[in-house]
Amino acid sequence: MGMTIGIDIGATTVKIVVVKSGDIVYEQYERHLSQVRPKTLELIRKAKDVIGDKPFTVALSGSAGLGVAKAANLPFVQEVFATGEVIKTFEPDTDTVIELGGEDAKIIFFTGGLEERMNGSCAGGTGAFIDQMATLLDVTPEELDTLALASEKVYTIASRCGVFAKSDIQPLLNQGARHEDIAASIFKAVVDQTITGLAQGRRITGKVVFLGGPLYFFKALQREFVRALKLSPGNAVFPDMGRYAVAIGSAIYAEKAAQPMTYAELVDRIEQAVGEAPSAKRLSPLFENADEYAAFLNRHAKASVAHLPLDEYQGDAYLGIDCGSTTTKLVLIGEDGKILYEYYAANKGNPVEVIRSQLAELLPRCEGRIRIRGSAATGYGEDIIRHAFSVDAGLVETMAHFRAARHFNPDVDFILDIGGQDIKCFRVRNDSIDSIMLNEACSSGCGSFISTFAQSMGYNVAEFAKLGLFAQYPVDLGSRCTVFMNSSVKQAQKEGAGVEDISAGISISVVKNAIYKVIRAASADELGKNIVVQGGTFYNDAVLRSFELELHRDVIRPSIAGLMGAYGAALYAKSLGLEQSSLISLEQLKEFVHTSKSAVCGLCGNHCNLTVNSFGGGKKYISGNRCERPLGQEKREELPNMYAYKLEKIRALMDSKPGKRGTIGLPLGLNMLENIPFWHAFFTELGFEVVLSDISTRDTYIKGQFSIPSDTVCYPAKLLHGHIQNLLEKGVTNIFYPCLTYNFDEHKGDNHFNCPVVAYYPELLRANVAELSDARIKFLYPHLGIHLEKTFADKIYGQLWNDFPSLSLREVRRATRVAYEAYNAWMVDNKQKGREAIAWAREHGKKIVVLAGRPYHVDPEINHGIDKLIASFDIVVVSEDCVADLVEPVKVHVLNQWTYHSRLYNAAKYVCSQPDMELVQLVSFGCGIDAITTDEVREILEREGKLYTQLKIDEITNLGAVRIRIRSLLEAVEERRRAHAGV
Amino acid sequence: MPESEGRVLFTREMKKDYTILVPTMLPIHFKLMLNILREYGYKCELLENTGKSVVDAGLRNVHNDTCYPALLVIGQMIDALESGKYDLHKVALMISQTGGGCRASNYIHLLRKALHKAGMGYIPVISLSVGNMESNPGFSLTPVMLDKIFYAITYGDLLMLLHNQCRPYEVEPGSSEALVDRWAARLTEEMRGRGLVRYRQVKANYREIIRDFAALPRQGSPKTRVGIVGEIYVKFSPLGNNNLEDFLLSEGAEAVVPGLMDFCLYCVYNLLMDHKLYGLHTKLRHKVFEFIYRFLIKKQWDVIEAVEEEGTFRPGGYFPHTVDLTKGYIGHGVKMGEGWLLTAEMLELIEQGTCNIVCTQPFGCLPNHIVGKGMMRLIKERNPQANIVAVDYDPGATRINQENRIKLMLANAAAIEGAAPEAPWEKKNLPQTPYAPEYGLDESASDYAMSIKW
Repeated sequence: MGMTIGIDIGATTVKIVVVKSGDIVYEQYERHLSQVRPKTLELIRKAKDVIGDKPFTVALSGSAGLGVAKAANLPFVQEVFATGEVIKTFEPDTDTVIELGGEDAKIIFFTGGLEERMNGSCAGGTGAFIDQMATLLDVTPEELDTLALASEKVYTIASRCGVFAKSDIQPLLNQGARHEDIAASIFKAVVDQTITGLAQGRRITGKVVFLGGPLYFFKALQREFVRALKLSPGNAVFPDMGRYAVAIGSAIYAEKAAQPMTYAELVDRIEQAVGEAPSAKRLSPLFENADEYAAFLNRHAKASVAHLPLDEYQGDAYLGIDCGSTTTKLVLIGEDGKILYEYYAANKGNPVEVIRSQLAELLPRCEGRIRIRGSAATGYGEDIIRHAFSVDAGLVETMAHFRAARHFNPDVDFILDIGGQDIKCFRVRNDSIDSIMLNEACSSGCGSFISTFAQSMGYNVAEFAKLGLFAQYPVDLGSRCTVFMNSSVKQAQKEGAGVEDISAGISISVVKNAIYKVIRAASADELGKNIVVQGGTFYNDAVLRSFELELHRDVIRPSIAGLMGAYGAALYAKSLGLEQSSLISLEQLKEFVHTSKSAVCGLCGNHCNLTVNSFGGGKKYISGNRCERPLGQEKREELPNMYAYKLEKIRALMDSKPGKRGTIGLPLGLNMLENIPFWHAFFTELGFEVVLSDISTRDTYIKGQFSIPSDTVCYPAKLLHGHIQNLLEKGVTNIFYPCLTYNFDEHKGDNHFNCPVVAYYPELLRANVAELSDARIKFLYPHLGIHLEKTFADKIYGQLWNDFPSLSLREVRRATRVAYEAYNAWMVDNKQKGREAIAWAREHGKKIVVLAGRPYHVDPEINHGIDKLIASFDIVVVSEDCVADLVEPVKVHVLNQWTYHSRLYNAAKYVCSQPDMELVQLVSFGCGIDAITTDEVREILEREGKLYTQLKIDEITNLGAVRIRIRSLLEAVEERRRAHAGV
Repeated sequence: MPESEGRVLFTREMKKDYTILVPTMLPIHFKLMLNILREYGYKCELLENTGKSVVDAGLRNVHNDTCYPALLVIGQMIDALESGKYDLHKVALMISQTGGGCRASNYIHLLRKALHKAGMGYIPVISLSVGNMESNPGFSLTPVMLDKIFYAITYGDLLMLLHNQCRPYEVEPGSSEALVDRWAARLTEEMRGRGLVRYRQVKANYREIIRDFAALPRQGSPKTRVGIVGEIYVKFSPLGNNNLEDFLLSEGAEAVVPGLMDFCLYCVYNLLMDHKLYGLHTKLRHKVFEFIYRFLIKKQWDVIEAVEEEGTFRPGGYFPHTVDLTKGYIGHGVKMGEGWLLTAEMLELIEQGTCNIVCTQPFGCLPNHIVGKGMMRLIKERNPQANIVAVDYDPGATRINQENRIKLMLANAAAIEGAAPEAPWEKKNLPQTPYAPEYGLDESASDYAMSIKW
């Protein structure tokens, strides 16, 4: 056996191994920081002495290795394949391999049919994700690991992708959750993502070998994997050579397949290799030349706010604090609106401390001369800051931004704010907010992506942004989300794109995301003449320029773009007209302490993860709650809430009575949540004991997680896997869950389909939940036409008699009659109750929100308690089906062919005619059909001058973003009312 | 503008001087079909604009969470309209409409919305659908035209099949494509005039086409065969799937792409299932659909027979048999999007020995959760040799990620195959086809004819 070399060039690192006569004699592992070829050469050169001048074989692998191999004409082996080779050689009794890299996650099943798989498009960037999260907590990845090992509890963090996870982590940070717990939760999210994204229906069991950099370095990640997979110590293998597995596999492959060469030849080939031709996906430069840039700067310099040195001012002042997702801002203004003091910096995951030190700096300087007569806080951290420092008032950030922009330019038509986490836009017409557009999860974190990315490249944001201004060939990174952008960056780097081109490319992508996905404008004319852009992200000239270029229109960027939230809060504080602010005094500040601990609320089934912050002197702030109960306040009167009502009705069906024909199980998910009265009555009448699966919880999801084949399907569908498991655990042997192409025909549209997922999910369950193929289990999933009352009995009889020969057609006909009656009565009752709720609200002077979603959104694990959250604003919540029948079917511009969706259009139309009603649309992530309905519903509402609010939900449980959206709606409505009343 | 229910109509007058723009999906088929339309006095043009500007126009004008094909098709049209090449008051657009519970049936509406938003709401959009879902006074498909379009599909499928089997082996690069072009021109010429197609001539053409391809000089050892299935647009359209066929070719593989006729048959078959499951359609209509179904499978069989008779190439699958393969996998009530056909095509490919499959879908495609990704576990469990990779297509998805996954599938393929298959062009005795060419509904085989049990 001769010498053989394996080189693995991944998304972030280069690995090289030299194998002599079957022994690994040399290994090296380094980050390449996108300098792929120089780094590879460097590592080869370092190994020169080991290699000597004897001939050897070599093969390359890894996602970046592909390009190098092609250019240098060297053998290449796909990395997962290489891993497979190495495991077969070194750990032949392995059942499963899990390998996490910088960008990709891979799994190999050996037993039960070899299968090698990589993560889907959404779940990109495992190592990259951990790096980004570390940056967010302002620690190194190694420190993140240390933190996680000291955790006390684990929060539920969305595991769909990095963007979703970040959306969950950000509010936790702002609520003061312990960093140790957050760190552990981050690793747990990676584990969950791997299990759902990769296992796809196959159970990970037996001896599992874990490979790749992250799994080698991060002990906390190892711990979470072992826990989640319930592996015994002997079955969880974390080999020392884990990081080098692909490189070793390449070496094995090289020995079999490659031609020998010498050291000089290898170096020569890589040196000579011309990189891949830059992809055609390059964009035009932002600025042609320095003059153009100078003119641009000149134009924007005009939009500045007057400042007055703090030490020269005497009199009243107002304090505004904007505690944003990634940055904390503070502004003190004088009586005339001039800025006396300003502060803008990253919050480093600890906003309370940032504000404390700022107040400690500011208050002594005010002493004696300046009287703070009002203070207001806004942003994600509004509540904690208010409680910690006794700030007078709080306002939702959208309103703060709106106020500031209006103050800046009273004629403003359109405001765009790109913050760290959120993108917010407002259209202003007739002096009031005409519409609000807030990003949904996929557009989250665009702003902070630029800064985290800059840091990971070793630049600060300002330097990084500057680099992009004169880039000749900005790269096109797409606009879907930052996970996709990140992986596009990796591709661009491999193709030789420079930092300048990437910097410009990221700015352009962030802007495109805002324009295409949030604003959804095809042309600048839709936005109006006076466009104000703000938010810290717009300090970046490259972003500003991209926006103007993309829109073909000049816009206004206030010089205090990043401080606008705080400025708006200060203006608000001023408008309060207080005599004296309740703000913490200098003396109190000196005594100030802040500690936090985590707890789980046990007062109801939601089991909210609470964070209890104490500020000394008995001051406390509890966050993470969905309702008022854990705050120890008096229980308020329960407002009518149709979501709660409908759920209770379903619960009432849970008690089962033994039947002569045995039991039949019905999974409580998707359309079953509405059709339950039908099937319950049908089977009860036939003499079955009907067993329902339990109402979903997070555990329901976890239990079924491993058999989900498609990670991009909606959360409500994913939950069904858990419901099936739940029924099996209850010992049910007959499970009934029919395929329903058509829904009941409510005569509201052109047709009455179910969506493809609702219609056919039973087929998927049968094919993926292994237990359902067990001979002892009867899983009945016939295709039925529930809309055809006349023929229904005959058809279902034809489907059932084979399994239940004792059934007679007469019985089935009778049961059918009972079922339709029960269903109709149920629906009529819902509508009746809905109307009562509306009447009650009017009698008591309460606002009404139509929370419009799908019937399955009553599931508390799907709606995450949003109905309760809305109710906590003293609002009566009704569902879309309660009001959908109160208007003539609405004519829409799209094909109106799904029963559930037709209700949305009708509900929207009805709401338009009711001054005291607002509509909030609930949308599940991955619902392709809602890409169509949301635009239509918005149009219906806005045509009649109503505001549109969309809440996109997934497994994300943190309601921070939801709260902002609801408050924005309520305060905008209030703002409009005031504007119209001329107050 | 003449309108119907708010929809701009394509009038008789427009037919004279309007140019109808048609987005590309299957280059060979669509060329033939457009030539037929031209013969009937329609001025039409196949859109061939590609690249970034198409995607950008799509992103600008369509909700970004809508499926990728909608984004591309609408983007391609808007990009063309904005190119300045056309007099906007003298163009119309054509888009196919299949109907059904998938959101794809909304493409035409989304296109109109996009036009409206872009200030081009006056441009008429023609729905191309067999069921005449929307009518336009200036556009109609006569039975003779349908007949010709039908043969454009069978010819197109045959040319595509032969092209795919020759291209990886051609001695002179581009020779098989040139042959396709030559035949496309000749077939167009033959279908001129307004008379019905003479079937005797069609069958003679099949044989001549096959002979011509068989005579094409080819070389090299057999390559790994990779089947392509998926959502219809990304499956067929190079714009949708990042030139997947070319990529496979460059990786030393041979692409196997089930034809368009199967999709047409699937649509007809679903009409039969509608009757069976839900009692839709009158008995008479049902009889008509049955007749059409029989007619179509007979025609498909004739092509298969011609290919087998000559003996050089592997024929495509026979639909009733393909239907039969799904037994125990998926119900035939699954009719949204590509529905059960997608599962069936994977099984058909595996049965034909093409165990390596790329299942293409737009990111977040609803039906494919069920019929594509949702069925893979079961398929692999029962066919351990199956080597399937699911690839998502999206404006933001990186090519390198897609290609790396396909490469993994190819690496596995090489490992699984071991013994090289016979050279596909060597004359050999194909095994006797396991299914009879009865052109009636194969009562024993198809689910349709099964008693009502699952």
